[in-house]
Amino acid sequence: MEKIRLKPPLDEKMARSLKVGDQVLISGSIYAARDAAHKLMVEALERGESLPFDPMDQIIYYVGPCPARPGEPIGAAGPTTSGRMDAYAPLLISKGMRGMIGKGLRSSAVIEAMQKYGGVYFAAIGGAGALLARRIKRAEVIAYPELGPEALYRFEVEDFPAIVVIDAAGNNLYKIGQEQYRRVDRL
Amino acid sequence: MREIPVNQVIDLVERLCIEANSLLGRDIAASLEEALAHEESPLGRDILQQLLDNAALARQTGGPMCQDTGVAVVFVEIGEEVHVAGGSLENAINEGVRRGYLNGYLRKSVVSDPLFKRKNTGDNTPAVIHYRLVAGDKLRITVAPKGAGSENMSGLKMLKPSDGVEGLKRFVLEIVDSAGSNPCPPIVVGVGVGGTMEKAALLAKEALVRPINQRHPDAAVAQLEQELLELINQLGIGPQGLGGRFTALAVNIEIFPTHIACLPVAVNINCHCTRHAEGIL
Repeated sequence: MEKIRLKPPLDEKMARSLKVGDQVLISGSIYAARDAAHKLMVEALERGESLPFDPMDQIIYYVGPCPARPGEPIGAAGPTTSGRMDAYAPLLISKGMRGMIGKGLRSSAVIEAMQKYGGVYFAAIGGAGALLARRIKRAEVIAYPELGPEALYRFEVEDFPAIVVIDAAGNNLYKIGQEQYRRVDRL
Repeated sequence: MREIPVNQVIDLVERLCIEANSLLGRDIAASLEEALAHEESPLGRDILQQLLDNAALARQTGGPMCQDTGVAVVFVEIGEEVHVAGGSLENAINEGVRRGYLNGYLRKSVVSDPLFKRKNTGDNTPAVIHYRLVAGDKLRITVAPKGAGSENMSGLKMLKPSDGVEGLKRFVLEIVDSAGSNPCPPIVVGVGVGGTMEKAALLAKEALVRPINQRHPDAAVAQLEQELLELINQLGIGPQGLGGRFTALAVNIEIFPTHIACLPVAVNINCHCTRHAEGIL
C-alpha cells in the first residue's frame, strides 16, 4: 500500500483529506506529551495563559520515552494509551491541534471535536518502542522538565510510521476492523 | 543455613530488570511467528512482523523493547535454609531495581503516591514484591516489569459458585473485549481462580510468568485455557485492535481452593512481550 508523506504543519484541508486505513510517514517536528503535561497545558489555558508551543496545525504524540542511551537521541518511544488524554484533547483541538498519535479508542467528545475542527487521530504500533525510536532523530524538552519522562518534548522525526485510525469524518478503524473479523455476536 | 551475600541479590535484580525489558522470551517469539503465519488480516500480519523486528532490534542493542518499562513486580521464593547476609533482602531488591533502571536507561514510571502529588520517585522504586517461603537452600527471583497499558485493563470479580465455568468464561471475555486495543494486542491473559479476593489477583499475576507454551498440569484447567483462547480469538480485536484473528497468544490459568460461598476470578492482561526474567542464587 502506498504510504502518504506528511510534513507538519498539517492544515485543516489536508487533515480532512486523510481517511481511515491510510498509512502515513511523518517527517519534521512533532510534539510529545502525556497525562501530566496535558494537565498542565489545560490548566495554563484555563488561567488564560498561552501554551509552551503554538498548537495550530501541529501533531502531538502521546509518549513518555525511555532515557537516551549514550550516542542516541532518545530511548524506546512507542505510543501510550490515548484514552487517558481524552479529558484534555478537545480543548487542545479547539486551539488548532490537528493530529494526535497514540493507541486505543477515543471518547465521543474527542471524536466530535475532531469532526468539528478537522482533526485526525493516528495509531502507532504499541509495543514497538525500540523500532519507533529509530525514526526520532532529535529530541528536546521544551517545557515541564520536572515531570521527568512526562515532560513536553519536541521531536524531529523522519518517516515516522502511523495509521489513520479515526478520521475527521468520524470513521473508526478500530470498529470497522474488528467487526470484519468478529465471530461472536454477543458475550 | 546457607548464606547469600546481599550484593549478589542486588546484582541479580539489576541484571534481571534489564534482561526482562530487552529480551523477548523464546516462547513468545515462537508464538508470534506462529500468529504471523496464520493471521488473516494483512495489516495484522504487518503489525506482527514489526513486533518481531522490534524484539530483534532490542535484543541486538540491549535496549528496552518498549518505553513503558513498567513497575518492577518481583516474585521471591526464599528457601527455608537461606540467610541473606549483610543487609535486608527488601532493601537489596529495591537497590537492584534502582540500579537496573538507572544503568539500563529504563524509564522510571513510579510515582510516590497515587492520589495527591503523583511525584515521580526518580528511580522506579519501590518494587512490588511478593515473597514465598519454600523448602531448600536457594533463592529464586523473578522480575516481571508490568506496563500500565495492559495493567489498567485488568479486572476482578467475586462470582457466585452457581456462575461456574460459564460465568468465568463470560467474565474473562468481557474483560478482554472491553480492553480492546488498549493493552497492545496480541495479549497474554493471566487468570487467577479461587482463594480470596487478593489471592485470585496474585494467582492471575503468577499465571503471567508461566511459559505460554506450557499448559496447566490439570487436564480440565488446560482444556479451559485452550477454550478461552479460542473464544478470545473470535472477538476479532486482532493485532493492535485493528481487526484480526490473533487477539491473544495464550491464556494461562492458576487455581487455588476457596471458601464454600466463593468463586473469585481475577484477569490480569499483559501486552505481547509479557516480560519476565528469572535467576537463582
